Amino acid sequence: MTIRNDMTLAGVKAGAGLEAAVKMDRASVIGVVRDSGMKGRGGAGFPTGVKWNLAAAAQAEQKFVVCNADEGEPGTFKDRVILSEWPGLVFEGMTIAGYAVGASEGILYLRGEYTYLCQSLEKYLHERREANLLGQNILGKEGFDFDIHIHMGCGAYVCGEETALIESLEGQRGEARNRPPFPVNTGLNGMPTIVNNVETFAWAAAILANGSEWFKKIGTEKSTGPKMLSISGDVDQPGVYEFPMGTPIRDVLAAAGGEDAKAVVIGGASGHCIPASEFSRAISYEDVATGGSVIVFGQDRDMLNAAENFMEFFADESCGQCTPCRIGNVKLLEGIALLKRGKCSTKYLRDLCSLGETMQVASKCGLGQSSPNAFLSIVKHFSHEIMNRTSAVNAIGVSNE
Amino acid sequence: MEMTQQDKLTAKIDELVERHGCHRSALIPILQDFQKQYHTISDLAMQTVADKLGIHPVEVYGVVTFYAFLNENYHGRFVIRLCRTISCDMAGKDAVANQLCNDLGIEFGQTTPDGRFTLEWANCIGMCDQGPAMLVNEQAFTRVTPEKVHDILSACEKAFGPHAPQIEEEHVL
Ligand SMILES: Cc1cc2nc3c(=O)[nH]c(=O)nc-3n(C[C@H](O)[C@H](O)[C@H](O)COP(=O)(O)O)c2cc1C
Ligand code: SF4
Ligand code: FES
Repeated sequence: MTIRNDMTLAGVKAGAGLEAAVKMDRASVIGVVRDSGMKGRGGAGFPTGVKWNLAAAAQAEQKFVVCNADEGEPGTFKDRVILSEWPGLVFEGMTIAGYAVGASEGILYLRGEYTYLCQSLEKYLHERREANLLGQNILGKEGFDFDIHIHMGCGAYVCGEETALIESLEGQRGEARNRPPFPVNTGLNGMPTIVNNVETFAWAAAILANGSEWFKKIGTEKSTGPKMLSISGDVDQPGVYEFPMGTPIRDVLAAAGGEDAKAVVIGGASGHCIPASEFSRAISYEDVATGGSVIVFGQDRDMLNAAENFMEFFADESCGQCTPCRIGNVKLLEGIALLKRGKCSTKYLRDLCSLGETMQVASKCGLGQSSPNAFLSIVKHFSHEIMNRTSAVNAIGVSNE
Repeated sequence: MEMTQQDKLTAKIDELVERHGCHRSALIPILQDFQKQYHTISDLAMQTVADKLGIHPVEVYGVVTFYAFLNENYHGRFVIRLCRTISCDMAGKDAVANQLCNDLGIEFGQTTPDGRFTLEWANCIGMCDQGPAMLVNEQAFTRVTPEKVHDILSACEKAFGPHAPQIEEEHVL
């Protein structure tokens, strides 16, 4: 039982979005997506209609639509659930995007860890080809040719970053590129490429089916629509939930049975730690933005352990291209080891925090720019817990060894 | 005439280049499929792939060493990857790790001397609501307990026996 509450996507009529789209001209399709106000569901929150419009405006002989199913952010699994339950909507969203921007090729970049999904997804693609939902002159629309293939990832978190993903598709090491130029102009093989999250494509199909007003009615003015959240950690019912954008963290926790948590980390390892005193804050782009990872920490959890786990993750996953991230993550991890042993001076802790701030501005890609977030927010909110330990005993009175 | 090991390797790579295409973006799919059969990507394999695609072997080496799921050293028939990330950590991955080491007689990062099992850590595998979670090759196992470790390993062991059944799928959704 991974799906825990009512899912809007379950009620979206398969095929309706694509049918509506081919009746419109390309600009109107983009117009509907833009009017819905939807922002990317992968974390960065870039308005989807604007992205599509940029790719549509670019002049090129070939364009690509890439679905980012690399889902590597710790604590996220909603894309896996969407691909298991509603793969048709995801492919439909990609096809609509292909129509809107004038691309003929779509690629689903599926993380290697999800290889077991590949077979059934291939089957769906086959069925769509049979039904003329992929292929040539789709739904009888003259000149609308689009097909999708699956490309398997290979166990690298950084390949979720869109330019690293494109490098990986080109057969290279997954090392992020400088931006600009952006993929909408210079993407895969130098061609205009839109990269969107799995959930973004599913909602795009739903928006074309039900209209932008339908989508806009849900959520807040700046963060429209519903959002799927992956909830794990110290809750009674972990799993995938859907909430309107703008829902307070407290309500999210209540639904999952985690009201008495002492903190949540929202946005995964690259997200922020929110202490119980701030549970009235809302999940939305204007307040606590997230790709959907909600990790809940109960009263007896040691937050320094969480910080350590996150920094081990980043030290392992950094692509090593730029110094702030390659060295910085290791230095923060070493600093956490000192803190754990009760051997960190206040001055050194301050130095570590300023190193984290340097990484946020000086790293080349989003990995290094956001890897210090969790550490910095844990130090900020739980300094009493982090500093209140000696070499033998940790903050909650448990022996270190 | 009988084929040497090297001929077989070259023939395999020819076949994969044929299937995936003779261009740079086919490199990773070629390596993935090669590894599925050989459980390692040897220097010779890297050299051969490089020659076929017309790129420098160092380019291939750079790719193999970058990705966690491509390996230049031999990996067992079953690669067990236990998630070490936060939600699985809180759900008790340490006890599972300990039991895996005990039952296999190896540490993380090692392969059993009979070449059957390799034990590795994974970063979050997207099963965080059902931890501790691990992958055995491509299959996900969830809510793994130290008691379950033995059953999973013996299901794998059966793959070497005369009847060689598949391991039962255990991931939920
Ligand atoms: C290190 C890193 C990892 C990322 N991983 C993912 C991912 O797994 N899935 C995803 O959709 N976006 C991921 N992103 C965000 C993508 O770069 C990109 O913004 C997103 O795919 C755009 O899609 P959207 O606008 O639909 O959200 C990641 C970004 C960074 C910096
Ligand atoms: S920030 Fe990290 S992951 Fe990104 S380019 Fe620099 S080293 Fe690579
Ligand atoms: S934390 Fe283990 S699967 Fe996500």
